[in-house]
Amino acid sequence: MQNRPIARIGAKILTPPLMLFALYVQFHGDLGPGGGFQAGVIFAVGFILYALLFGLERARRAVPPGLLLPLAALGVLIYAGTGVAGLLLGGSYLDYNVLAHEPHHGQHLGIFLVELGVGLTVSSIMTTLFFCFAGRGR
Amino acid sequence: MTWETAGGLYNYWIFILLMMIGFYTVIARGNLIKKLVGLNIFQTSVFMLYISMGVVDGGTAPILSDRFTVYTNPLPSVLILTAIVVGIATTALGLALVVRIREAYGTIEEDELLALDHEDFPAGRTSAGDTP
Amino acid sequence: MIGSILTEHLIDIGLLAFLAATGLMMLHQRSLFAVVMLSGIFSLLSAGLFTLMDAVDVAFTEASVGAGISTVLFLGTLALTGAREKRRTIWDLPALATVVVFGALLMWGTLDLPHYGDPTAPIHHHVADRYIEESGTEVGPPNIVTSVLASYRGFDTLGETTVIFTAGLSVVVLLARRRRPAARPPRDASPDAGAS
Repeated sequence: MQNRPIARIGAKILTPPLMLFALYVQFHGDLGPGGGFQAGVIFAVGFILYALLFGLERARRAVPPGLLLPLAALGVLIYAGTGVAGLLLGGSYLDYNVLAHEPHHGQHLGIFLVELGVGLTVSSIMTTLFFCFAGRGR
Repeated sequence: MTWETAGGLYNYWIFILLMMIGFYTVIARGNLIKKLVGLNIFQTSVFMLYISMGVVDGGTAPILSDRFTVYTNPLPSVLILTAIVVGIATTALGLALVVRIREAYGTIEEDELLALDHEDFPAGRTSAGDTP
Repeated sequence: MIGSILTEHLIDIGLLAFLAATGLMMLHQRSLFAVVMLSGIFSLLSAGLFTLMDAVDVAFTEASVGAGISTVLFLGTLALTGAREKRRTIWDLPALATVVVFGALLMWGTLDLPHYGDPTAPIHHHVADRYIEESGTEVGPPNIVTSVLASYRGFDTLGETTVIFTAGLSVVVLLARRRRPAARPPRDASPDAGAS
């Protein structure tokens, strides 16, 4: 799709708001519909749109594929680590009440970290999946 | 069976019909991609059946607000939300296997695959995994 | 009030009819490209139905995953495998019999179920009461789904995240290696599918 100016410019205009929207969904999940799973998918769609219109090579330069799997693992680690932090602070596994000086803040912090981990894992895995299928043919 | 029963249950029946369309696609169609699409239909219908169990008449979406008192059951939403994302990850795994099968055999039609396997292992040994 | 309930039922019936028609078309079509596009439509319609059933988070996920990523991945696979299904007999009778019997059994099973939208159904009075009444003070966020997902059922979500990670890893293991030159090489004993 190298020679379709309308699609290319459309994608150029659309990609940044798409990623901003993903971040909004990620951090607004407490108040409305949304959360790590949806945000991760939307964030990955931003990269996929870029890759579809500007070619796999440029997308690979924007997101190095070697970085994606470590990021996905980091997401799971953040999630599991939040649980371990609860253990170390004297609560039980994945008990957020003890994370801060006050249970409500603890819950808030815990949910934030957990959703961050989920979003990181989902977005990196979805982007990886696309790169795997798209890169196979050549 | 009364009209009232039918009126209260028709949603479930349509979901079961959709499930069966997916199920039929899985067992009666030989193309592996079509089978995966059938599995997806089946899966989405199960999700819809599950979510429809959580509906409360006159309820609203489970987001707390002073203006509402009746909420739909949040539990099916939570379970299905994660299941959808896990579902796409496992579907991708199935598609990856299809790609590998196509590269190894040159086809993704079930009967041709079985014929090719049969050529290689004519008598007794039917599975591809037990080569010495 | 009566009018809005009636509208809701009409939208419900309309969406269900479209879903059934899309499903049948997917079964019938032999062009796999059309089948994949129809499956995107199927997902979008089901997202509409989820919204109607007040499960907004699920609708959001289904719209982005089912109609978005899933379609892209299926199209990526079609590019690698070919987009035409082989012609075959229209109706496979043993399969049809299995499906009809199975479907009839399931429908028989629904006869005992509480009706759609019944507020006295047992599912609404087990743990859901506590989630709805206490999550605002116990956990905090107004969105009950987020509270349950991340806090009450944190273990569950940890498991799901790990499954996604593992499935992604397996796809990398299967597809990241160079393609073999021969179309159909002799089968070797060790299925060495390691990523190199």
